[in-house]
Amino acid sequence: MRVLIPGIAGLLARKVAQRLLGGGHEVIGIDPRGWPGAPKEIELHAIDIRKRAAGEVFRKRRPHAVVHMATISALTADAEERYRINLGGTRAVFEYCAAHGVEQLVFVGRHTYYGAGPDAPLYHTESEPPQELGSYPELADLVAADLYAANALWRLPALQTAVLRICYTLGPSGHGTLASFLRGRFVPMVLGFDPLFQFIHEDDAADAIVAALSSKLRGIFNVAGPQPLPLGLIAREAGRRALPFPEALLAVLLGRAGLPRLSRGALAHIKYPIVVDASLFRRETGFAHRFDELVTVQTFADGFPAGGRSSPVPPLG
Amino acid sequence: MPGDEISARVERLELPFDARGVDGYGTSRWHLGVAFRALSFLYRTYFQVRCQGLEHIPVRGRAMLVGNHSGGIALDAAMVIAACFLELDPPRLAQGMAEKFINRFPFASTWTSRCGQLTGLPEHAQRLLEDDRLLMVFPEGARGTAKLWKDRFSLVEFGTGFLRLAQKTKSPIVPFAFLGGGDAIPTVGNLYKIGKLVGVPYLPVTPWLLPLPRPAKLSIHFGEPMRFDGDGNADDESTARAVGQVKERIGQLIERGRQ
Repeated sequence: MRVLIPGIAGLLARKVAQRLLGGGHEVIGIDPRGWPGAPKEIELHAIDIRKRAAGEVFRKRRPHAVVHMATISALTADAEERYRINLGGTRAVFEYCAAHGVEQLVFVGRHTYYGAGPDAPLYHTESEPPQELGSYPELADLVAADLYAANALWRLPALQTAVLRICYTLGPSGHGTLASFLRGRFVPMVLGFDPLFQFIHEDDAADAIVAALSSKLRGIFNVAGPQPLPLGLIAREAGRRALPFPEALLAVLLGRAGLPRLSRGALAHIKYPIVVDASLFRRETGFAHRFDELVTVQTFADGFPAGGRSSPVPPLG
Repeated sequence: MPGDEISARVERLELPFDARGVDGYGTSRWHLGVAFRALSFLYRTYFQVRCQGLEHIPVRGRAMLVGNHSGGIALDAAMVIAACFLELDPPRLAQGMAEKFINRFPFASTWTSRCGQLTGLPEHAQRLLEDDRLLMVFPEGARGTAKLWKDRFSLVEFGTGFLRLAQKTKSPIVPFAFLGGGDAIPTVGNLYKIGKLVGVPYLPVTPWLLPLPRPAKLSIHFGEPMRFDGDGNADDESTARAVGQVKERIGQLIERGRQ
């Protein structure tokens, strides 16, 4: 099968590409960031997915399947840029797929789609709408991209579309929102709150995406690994020190004094949990995680021992 | 009860804790140990709670404890949880549906969650039952805790959601009556406007102003399990009839407990 991966330069996308390559598939990547040292078998195009040149790749190479991983949640990108990439890019990918006979598309979205709030249930199912967008508008572009991808299920019935809402990834690479949040010696918390965080080892996440492709999934699926853990426990297991601050003070301190940067809206994501029910995905694909929650945290801690500086992190999205 | 016995009981809880003693809902062995040390003092020493009919609570598997509210704060829920933990063998964790406002408060949010008391949402109730947990429900809701002392033996209107859920999940309903809460916290009035200002439904007022419980004698009377056929989608009329049966049974248990 010929698989095209927009956003192939991301860490998770690289892992997916390598697995597909190992499985005997032909892999094409589109990403303006490039991938130095990529396996030579992977055909790379360092172009913007929204440009005409990207459409030409679809036209000439006629991929059978697309794994769309070209979305960003980086706070460092301004809102306009995020909208362009997340929504404009997603729209372009679907249009290319429809125009050039792609049979299957996997949209890799995020579980933060559901939002965090005091009245939100644990274990969201796929039928639930997004919540709390008003208090966290930075998530709106990702939610819009998710909804746009999901409406392809009826808009483009010939395209086998799977929308994945994957929980946070964690692992030795230190990539991803949760990993960035845990990177420093201290993990800021809101005093009196210790939400459950749901995460999956980055290798398991890559396996899950490949499983979605090979199972020819159609529909919307939550993807998660082992059981969630409270943030304070994750911090301890990772050898970090949880630092609780009153909420008002934390809102002022974030991004200063060595603490990670977060938008105010993201504070809800360190007060309340976002936990998804991934049983449908497991049932449909037979996927089973290999790394449990403690081993997953440990692999991250081994790769990033406490003591490093915290870096500006994406919003928890 | 010495602390090591509490620890032993926590260890014997048949819940799927991971290697760090946390389950998939965030219930934590450590937090349960701390909470049950405090609750066992209240249960055994301060209130000297008497329990009858504990044999009606299934040893394992899903079940719904359904009872009346008694007292201006959730003393009743705490004592039922303590009874299931301290009196049953093996101990069971009764999991209540916490009022939504609790999750907005620092510390209360964490402690209710770590002790397995999830926010009162239908999704949580259904999932807990499907996981074969012991769910505790007060169908009177906040209206029940707002009862005044003079109404302490009465029952206010029951919601119907619990009955539909019991049918849908094929769960037995174990009715219970809780007595004495009105004497421990004799509410003479409720301050609704001030309560709203601080983010709670109301603030109960007692003769000594604050809703601090005095050491009244409390008792819990569990009745035989009730089973209701159906899929939870019956019309309102027949559901209301079934709810009426549960309410009537709880009323009988209250009267029996008063004698």
